[in-house]
Amino acid sequence: MRSTPHLLLALSSACASAGGRATSKAAAPPVTAAESLSVSRAQYPSTYRRHPYPPVVIRNATIMTATGREIPNGAISFKDGRILAVGEGAAVTAPAGAVIVDGAGKYVTPGLIDTHSHLGVYAAPGTDAESDGNELTSPVTSEVWAEHSFWPQDPQIPLAIAGGITTIEALPGSGNLIGGRSAVLKLVPARTVQDMKFPGARYGLKMACGENPKRVYGQRHQAPSTRMGNMAGYRSAFAQAEAYRRKWDAWNRDHKGEPPERNLRLETLAEVLRGNMYVQIHCYRADEMAQMLDLAREFGFKVRSFHHAVESYKIADLLAHDSTSVSVWADWWGFKEEAMDGIQQNAALNQQAGGRPAIHSDSPSGIQRLNQEAAKAMYAGQRSGIPITRDQALRWITANPAWVLGLDSVVGTLEPGKMADLVVWSGDPFSVYAKAVQVYNDGWLVYDRSDPAHQPRTDFELGQ
Amino acid sequence: MIGALLLAQTIAVTGGTVYPVSGPKIANGTVLIRDGNIAAVGANVTIPSGATRIDATGKWVTPGLIDGGGQMGLVEINAVRGTREGALASDTVAAAFNVAEGINPASALIPVTRIEGITTALAAPDGHLISGQAVLIDLDGATIEQMVVKSPVAIVARLNEDVKDEAGGSRAGVAQRLRRVFGDALEYGRRKGDYGRAQMQPLAAPAADLEALLPVLRGELPLIAVANRKSDIETALRIGREYKLKLILAGAAEGWEIADEVARAGVPVLVEPMDNIPSYDALGIRYENAALLAKAGVKVVLMETDTHNARNLRQQAGNAVSYGMTWDQALRAVTLSAAEAFGVADRYGSLEPGKVGDVVVWSGDPFEFTSAAEHVLIRGKEVPLRSRQTELFERYKKLPPDY
Repeated sequence: MRSTPHLLLALSSACASAGGRATSKAAAPPVTAAESLSVSRAQYPSTYRRHPYPPVVIRNATIMTATGREIPNGAISFKDGRILAVGEGAAVTAPAGAVIVDGAGKYVTPGLIDTHSHLGVYAAPGTDAESDGNELTSPVTSEVWAEHSFWPQDPQIPLAIAGGITTIEALPGSGNLIGGRSAVLKLVPARTVQDMKFPGARYGLKMACGENPKRVYGQRHQAPSTRMGNMAGYRSAFAQAEAYRRKWDAWNRDHKGEPPERNLRLETLAEVLRGNMYVQIHCYRADEMAQMLDLAREFGFKVRSFHHAVESYKIADLLAHDSTSVSVWADWWGFKEEAMDGIQQNAALNQQAGGRPAIHSDSPSGIQRLNQEAAKAMYAGQRSGIPITRDQALRWITANPAWVLGLDSVVGTLEPGKMADLVVWSGDPFSVYAKAVQVYNDGWLVYDRSDPAHQPRTDFELGQ
Repeated sequence: MIGALLLAQTIAVTGGTVYPVSGPKIANGTVLIRDGNIAAVGANVTIPSGATRIDATGKWVTPGLIDGGGQMGLVEINAVRGTREGALASDTVAAAFNVAEGINPASALIPVTRIEGITTALAAPDGHLISGQAVLIDLDGATIEQMVVKSPVAIVARLNEDVKDEAGGSRAGVAQRLRRVFGDALEYGRRKGDYGRAQMQPLAAPAADLEALLPVLRGELPLIAVANRKSDIETALRIGREYKLKLILAGAAEGWEIADEVARAGVPVLVEPMDNIPSYDALGIRYENAALLAKAGVKVVLMETDTHNARNLRQQAGNAVSYGMTWDQALRAVTLSAAEAFGVADRYGSLEPGKVGDVVVWSGDPFEFTSAAEHVLIRGKEVPLRSRQTELFERYKKLPPDY
């Protein structure tokens, strides 16, 4: 029941995360000088608005809440984008004017969340013209923002929606040590990316370990060309950001003299150091993840999630102890050397160690079947004697990715007060034969497999 | 010697629900395998004394699955050039390039794949106008000779946008280039003597490549034509008619748009069902392709072209069913139809007496995630359900590991 107020709270913290003015402005008298600065204005704010839709009650369905409960013959009601009630059929009353959906034989889950997507930044049809995900002109490009590349007419977006995805983190690519800011987006048809930006969501910082950055720059005979060069690159950048942050924090405190010059590259890193952004690191090898945890300790930030993390099972205890999540595939492996040790029990072993695994896609194809990927990972664990529950596996694609994005109090489970992001499946979502038949995003029926009027198409697809 | 001893075994898989593919399923059936081959299949099979028994009660028994695509044995690590053997760097027309001797029987991918019930796979060359010769391999064997089922299975040609630059930058150029190569191959075939005396105009490809194309042009060896756009598929069919080729289409993303035409041509199609991302090579790509082709009567063969995850052929089949194939069609598409398309249906693809003993016992529906392959027999020999990945799991299932 903390929905709306909490959202607003989160929103204000996101505003504070912009630019260099992260500290409290309460005590600073010469407000006008500060307010005249670009950094003090709203930084590319969300213009997301909930689509109006009548209240809905889904009855006679199996409700998988991702809170530990799977309710056979259950019901769920929602109105104005908020879940009202979840429970046994009789316990859920229909709000006035509700659309009644018969969910007999069907399953309902929270909307699926992908912590790692390049939708919009590597849009289809996949020509050079849509290749906007990697700013490969410098190994540290913390000044770039994925949202500034994001194309809302990417025809891959409706495909992902039809797979039950309601929220994504769209990330810059992994060619750079520090690739830029991620965008956390509601996956809805929209004219602008601002209309998709998840209200209140913090930015993520995309970083990358290992082969990619050292290959990209090593081939040009630039730094980094080695893994030790990678580490030096992160450390140099954060060391500069530390000084930058100090300067701005001092000026924000007393507004004495000229404001420091804005440096967009360091501004983003300073926000990380202030704890206002989530660090999301592409990293495959266990030993490198341990290095990155040390880096985070050196500069006083937390790693929110290691992405891909194919060897995370080797250090699952260390990661769980550090409260660092992993965003992993069910079974990808072998496409490069640092991916050679991928195993299907990766998510399950992290769960067993007390960690917080998420199943991510990193793929416009895989994002359409995140439920199937979770199923593969769950059964692989179970077959190996790791007692993964259905609820835990569901959380791999709902509540845990919500936590990775800092949105776990808003989305990711089916609970009263949460945002009405949910999927109606034709059958058990862990079956290969199940398909999303309805997808609600913030209470809006954004996709209905049986109704062409609710099957969004991008401009790109028209006339083909 | 050890291999020979194992092959001499007689194995009886008993009590399972047997899906022979060539006929209706058999409840409580027996599959008897002797000397590497299937000896008997049925509900009332006499089991010789001394036969090793595999109790499949409550299980599903199918032929080993066949992946109709990918580069099994030809790639270890995609990003490591030294481990890739599937493409010739320079030859636009690489018809004489047979990939067999590039296969690594010790590849870590092979056990990873076979323990999930894929027992046979195409190893196909990649790149260029004419990529080379694909071979079919069983996923067991210490040597290339022991693995190869058939070599070559087909010659691979490409009519998609990837190869346009090798034909001047136009789809029309690709078609013309192919015709010139085929025409020169026929001319070469007729006038080998003149060629030897250097009394011919320069030909469109080296003699070895033209020679390699002659079985294709005699209609003996299939040509796998990779084509996705409807017009490219039609071009492939047109060229196929002109030269009376035995054609197999691969990819065929927009094939569903002309499913009847493909069916009339009697051309099998290799499809990757989960592939649905639009590009200018195939704006009409969609999940239902496999189902719509099958419904029109096309012989559909499924493939998983991510070689490292060839095991996801099962998921491909499950999704094909989800989007309209019947379950029986999908099982056929990963067994008998593949064997037929690749010309080995006399030995592979179904559980019938005389066929090679590639047999899998599943805990349930092979396309479901709940199911696992519990016994995998390749050429009548049970393979251990171990891989580098199972060993990594064993090492790290308790932390810290015991190094």
